Order: sequence, then structure tokens, then C-alpha cells
Amino acid sequence: MNIVVCIKQVPDTAGGVKFNPDGTLDRASMLAIMNPDDKAGLEAALRIKDATGAKVTVLTMGLPKADVMLREAMAMGADEAILVTDRVLGGADTWATSSTVAAAVKKLDYDLIITGRQAIDGDTAQVGPQIAEHLGLPVISYAEDIKVEGDSVVVKRQYEDRYHMVKAKMPCLITALSELNEPRYMTPGGIFDAYDEKEVTVWGRADLTDLDDANIGLAGSPTKIAKASDKVAKGAGEKVNLDPTESVNYLMEKFREKHII
Amino acid sequence: MILSKEHELMRKNFRNFAETEFTKEIQDELDETGEFNWEIWNKMAKYGFAGTKIPVEYGGQGGDTLSYVLMNEEFARVCPVLAIYANTPNSLGGGPLLACGTEEQLQKYLTPAAQGKKHIVFALTEPGAGSDPGSMTTKAVQDGEYFVLNGRKCFISGAPFADYAIVYARTDLQSKGPKGISMFIVDMKLPGVSCGKPEHKMGINGYPTSDIILEDVRVHQSDLLGPLHKGYAVAMKTLDGGRIGVAAQSLGCAQGALEESIAYAKERKQFGKPISYNQGISFMLADMATEIEAARTLLYTTAQAKDAGDPNASMLCSMAKYYCSEMANRVCAKAVQIHGGYGYIKEYKVERFYRDARIMTLYEGTSQVQQIVISRSLLK
Repeated sequence: MNIVVCIKQVPDTAGGVKFNPDGTLDRASMLAIMNPDDKAGLEAALRIKDATGAKVTVLTMGLPKADVMLREAMAMGADEAILVTDRVLGGADTWATSSTVAAAVKKLDYDLIITGRQAIDGDTAQVGPQIAEHLGLPVISYAEDIKVEGDSVVVKRQYEDRYHMVKAKMPCLITALSELNEPRYMTPGGIFDAYDEKEVTVWGRADLTDLDDANIGLAGSPTKIAKASDKVAKGAGEKVNLDPTESVNYLMEKFREKHII
Repeated sequence: MILSKEHELMRKNFRNFAETEFTKEIQDELDETGEFNWEIWNKMAKYGFAGTKIPVEYGGQGGDTLSYVLMNEEFARVCPVLAIYANTPNSLGGGPLLACGTEEQLQKYLTPAAQGKKHIVFALTEPGAGSDPGSMTTKAVQDGEYFVLNGRKCFISGAPFADYAIVYARTDLQSKGPKGISMFIVDMKLPGVSCGKPEHKMGINGYPTSDIILEDVRVHQSDLLGPLHKGYAVAMKTLDGGRIGVAAQSLGCAQGALEESIAYAKERKQFGKPISYNQGISFMLADMATEIEAARTLLYTTAQAKDAGDPNASMLCSMAKYYCSEMANRVCAKAVQIHGGYGYIKEYKVERFYRDARIMTLYEGTSQVQQIVISRSLLK
């Protein structure tokens, strides 16, 4: 069984987000990490590998420095790693990203594709389902639990107030939630192997033959980001001196005004 | 030193593990009870940390000394006592075996230690033989295929839960001083082996320490480690590696105390502003950080020199241990000072760093012993 896990290198937003003066994200000053949902997806794949001996390939599209994240994935136990990197692929929105990633996945053998639910930098949750569309595969998003049964997967799919158990025949695509599991740590020996014994396969634009130029990079993106800015800081607090009922009414009115409730 | 990408990833992994797994609850419990925590040990063993520096063929991870240093540093940055857990099999436990164990001994004793299934401890010190281990009085007398051991070892880290101990005993009773000493692998379940009560220590609580008492213990000759009468040199060589471990533990402890101090100095307000706005405080932080960085450079260079077989490695190990441990004590004292009265309360982390740091200038050779090693090396 072959599993392809799509992972993304994202800025670590845990310590706050920094912006450049022009409003774009200051990626250089923030630590880069493996997107948490993707890491859970990788762990799910590695557990299937532990149980069934599946082969796990990790794939990313990004800057050459994403190599570090792919080594991390291999140090956790992934068998192979592919980095899709090319200047012409930069500035992609979810359509261009999913077109490119799908073209890369087409070159691989796969029974199961796992992506994260969403990346913590873009927060769209679009790329996984779009890859499935490009490949003509069924998609199960928001996976809380994944089980392989013969040639099918049984997935617990999370909703706001319930879950569904969904069964799908492979090949299919699943998007994973970080609540799915606790990803394993690397081992020191795994880190040595990831650098000394294993290679990262690098693909550029020319390696992706089944891909139209109209669907890549900034030029191939239907959406463009017009402006980005930091959140407006909250002003000073307001003190109200009313009787309890009136205070509550006043508060509720303010909440409604700000669309909090 | 600029780390390779491989070592950077190594550091990230150790840091992530320590920050996630070494919870305040575990640390408080260890400090209060002084007992060994099997759960966290098993977790460390699962990820191969018990064998970071041990070769792959003996169940280890095949890491170099720098990886081992990074592990100790990053673990101690969060919790110095938990750094000892992963350190022991890599240094004092595994060291003598790696130095002169037979293939059979390595498979039997080192492999399970590297995988965290068994504990091996290092038993050199005696009540009357500390900095002068050559004056030991534990004896081993040959009787056919066996050696009969009698004596008492003290301050043995990990003795209460150990499966095996590397015990040093005098085999040539005519010799004095460092000559005529041999090493034995003693199964702690053998008749005649017993442990004293765990010592009540100032710091590093959570890694029990006790005496090992040997009364007519019959050890088979196949458990003689290395050549007869020549165990002392191996002990000294093993201590070089152990000293790097203590240096790394000291460095991590100081780094942890510095980070706590920076955070506190920025947050704590007196006279209407954060205390970090006062040069009296901010210059202390600058001194602490500078000393830590100097120590780090010395330590990493020493780790590489050791792996490269540098003839000065032994002296460098002593320098690193001496400087890092003394530095950690200076830094931790300042960290308590910056915290003011709160720094004296157990709720605040620096109080534990301060107590834990105190052992570091003492065990695996006091600072004075390090000065002896360094000066002898300079004056030879």
C-alpha cells in the first residue's frame, strides 16, 4: 500500500505573528514548522505503516528551505520525500497550489492521499479537497480517526455537533485534524538516516508534465491578495456604572454590535 | 559554533521533547518524592535517547558526542534531573563497556542499556575514597572461576533501581594507589549485594542515590571487565565522557535560569516600570548570557575535539566541566537575585535550578580535581 502525505512548511504562529511594513507576513523572522494538521496526517500514515508495512511518501511544494521539514518527516519514519520547488510556482492561491500538487501526485503510485485539514498560515482548508477534485478521487475531510479495512478506509469525520463514520474505497483523499493523534518525536538515529542515508527528490516545473501553465503560480491564480494588514489593536476598555440588569443589556447590545453574538 | 542542519534538527527534537514531556507536575513530583519516574524513562527509551551516543550495533542510535551534548543541554534547560536519566547509559554506564567490553559483554549488558531495558550504574566512589579513588578499599579476591567482592561504595547515582553496576575493586592487594584495580560487572540481584537508603539530597531529586554494599559477593570471571589490575585508567577515560555530560547539563541549567530571569525582569514592575529597565538588572542579564555563550562554544568545541581524537581532549573535557559548572552556579545565583523574594519560593523555577546547579561542581570530579587535570596537562 502506498500513502502520499502532502505537508506544508508554515511559520510558527504560536509565538504571535509578525508583519512587514507593507502588510505582508514577515516570514523571515518567524520559525518555520511543519503545519500541525499535516503532522497529524503524517502520524496517521506512519501508524498505518507500523500496522501494515505501507510505504509513506511525503510531498511538499515550497521554497528550497522546506528540505528541513522533509528531513524531519523522514526522521519520523517517512520512506521518501519529494520537494516541488520552482520560482514560477510562487504566489499560488489554492487553485494553483492544488493543480501543481495534483500534477506531482499523478507521477506517484498511491492508494491513499492524506493532507491536513488546513494550514495555519492561509487558513483556507481548500487545497486538500481541490487536489481530490483534480485527481477525480473521493474526499473525506475533518478526519478524527482513520482505519484501513481491506481496500477501504473507515474515517470518523468531525462535524460541529456530531461525527459521521464514512467508508470509502481506495484510492481516496483524507484531510486530517490535529486532534487525530499525537505525532511521534524523531529519534537521533532517524535524524542521522534522514541526512546520511536518504535523499530528497527535487522536482521543478519541467518535471510536472501533466500541468497547464495557465494553472500555476501567481499568474495562474484566480484570486489575488489585494491587501493584508495587522488586526487593529483594541482601544482602552470602557467602564459602565449601571444597575445589574441594565449592565447586562448594555453588554449584550455591544456584543451584537460587534457581531460577537 | 554554527551547527550543521543535522545537529539543528537534533536540537529541535530534544527541545520539543523536553518542553512537551517534562511537565511541571512531573518535575514537582520528582523534587518532592525523590523517586525515579518510570513513565518518563520509558518514553525517553522509546525514542532511543538512552542510546544516543551508543553505536547502532549495540542497540544505540550511533550519534556523535555533539548530539549527546545537545541532548543533555536541552533536557537540562527544562529539568536538570531528567537530563541525568538519558545521560547515564550514554556515559558512565555504557562508557566502561564500550571502552573494553568483550563482544559477549557488549551484547549482554550494553544493548539492553542502550535500549533502556536495563540500568547500569557506575560505582567508583567510597566513603574514604572520593577525589582520591586510588585509595579505595573494596577488594576482589579470586577463588577459582569467581572473584569474591567485599566493600562499600557510596553516592552511587541510580543504585536503588539499577540492574547492574560497574564496580571498581582492588584485585592486586599488594599494590597501592591507582595500580592493581579491576572493573567488574555486578548483577545487583547477586547474593550479598544490597543498597543503603536513598540519600536525602539538596537538589537533583528524582534520581535516587545510595550506597552499594558488597558482602562476599561472588562475581564470575566472565564479568571481569577489561584487563585484570588495570581498571583505573578506564575509569578515568570514562569520566572524560561523563564530564562532558555534566558540562552540558550545567549549560542547559544556566540557559533555563537565564530565560526565566529575562521573562521575569520584563514582566515584574517596581517603581512604575519593569525591573529590566534598571541597569543593575539588565547588566546582570548581559553578564549571564555572555558567560553562557562562552561556555557553549567551549563545550561544543570540546565535543568535536573528543570525536576527532584530539590529544588535548581530556584536558578540554575538564575545562568544559570546570567552566560550565562554575558558570551555572554564578548564573543561577543571579537568577534567584533577579527574582527577588519570589526566587526563594519553590513555585518559581529558578529556586530548583539553583539547588540543582550546586552538585555540578562536585560530581564526576570536583572543580579542584578538574584544576588538577588541567594544570597537570599544561605542566607535563
